Amino acid sequence: MSSTGPHDDQTKGMSGPGWDERREALAEKLRRHQAEQADDGPRNNSRGFQGAAEGLKLASEFVAGVLVGAGLGYLIDRFAGTSPFGLIIFLILGFAAGVMNVLRSIGAPKPPR
Amino acid sequence: MTEGFENLAADPTDPTHQFQIFRIVPIHIGNLDLSFTNSSLFMVLTVAVASAFLYFTTGGRSLVPSRMQSVSELSYEFIANMLRDATGTAGMRFFPFVFALFMFVLVANLFGMVPYFFTITSHLIVTFALAVLVIGVVVVYGLMKHGTHFFGIFVPSGVPAVLIPLVAVIEVISFLSRPVSLSVRLFANMLAGHITLKVFAGFVVSLSALGALGIGGAILPLIMTVALTALEFLVAALQAYVFAVLTCMYLNDAIHPGH
Repeated sequence: MSSTGPHDDQTKGMSGPGWDERREALAEKLRRHQAEQADDGPRNNSRGFQGAAEGLKLASEFVAGVLVGAGLGYLIDRFAGTSPFGLIIFLILGFAAGVMNVLRSIGAPKPPR
Repeated sequence: MTEGFENLAADPTDPTHQFQIFRIVPIHIGNLDLSFTNSSLFMVLTVAVASAFLYFTTGGRSLVPSRMQSVSELSYEFIANMLRDATGTAGMRFFPFVFALFMFVLVANLFGMVPYFFTITSHLIVTFALAVLVIGVVVVYGLMKHGTHFFGIFVPSGVPAVLIPLVAVIEVISFLSRPVSLSVRLFANMLAGHITLKVFAGFVVSLSALGALGIGGAILPLIMTVALTALEFLVAALQAYVFAVLTCMYLNDAIHPGH
């Protein structure tokens, strides 16, 4: 008869240690849930097939860097006759470019602006 | 022409047969082979179907859109939001370009899922041409709009002067690798997906030729084929999306090269 709602503190039978505890526990649960929800945003993007697509994307970024570096080195060698140093140097530079591609596409270190 | 189509059906289990290009209308100009091939045919079909779909579904222009009209409107808003997020309102002048690219790749990928249809995006030269077009637009627009200042994207600020030559070379390689990764990603996904699909479908054919036991065993690759078909539809849409997103990101460099 007295229980009109959980919001009504003055109502008889709804105060007391039992109710307070339950309210505290509920508030705690709600806070944790909200924190989880807030955290969930970016994590959601890397699930399932989207994760696989992301992986393939990063792999191709890296491989492309190495390939273009090697290709440039090979061309330089061919036209400047510096074989094999152009290929060696540009392969390493291409490796660096590939790593930078990957880092940039996951956005870990912001490119220095 | 018919010879080529018969060839396609001749060997049902060869996984790479589907990528064969053959001439439908041979055209030779000088030493150039400009023949109209099955690849060209499906490019024309892709453009025709995409344009016809957009034209006829938006023809009604009802305030409460029909189903098909909302598909068109959703794809418009999807690309418009993507472009605005990546490049700001200044990038909206590239909307027709990005939208055309997205629709072309999407329809071409989905066309590849129809049995006996040719997948044009499973050829590296096609995707590479698209990627070079994107990078070409970025370079030409960047140079036109910002002049030599555009080359600032190769020199990040805050780098010690001693390291600038090294970093600039790495940045140039990184920039040149963009069309490669852009095209290889789309091409590899489509090629690998279609080969896998064909290999598993081929298992069904060759296993079921082995009699009762084989037919029982063929159920497994059949399940796999069904699952892969669903996956391939997802990949087809996803790769078109990735292509459009990266196009937006690269265009952003041309519009705002200032670091």
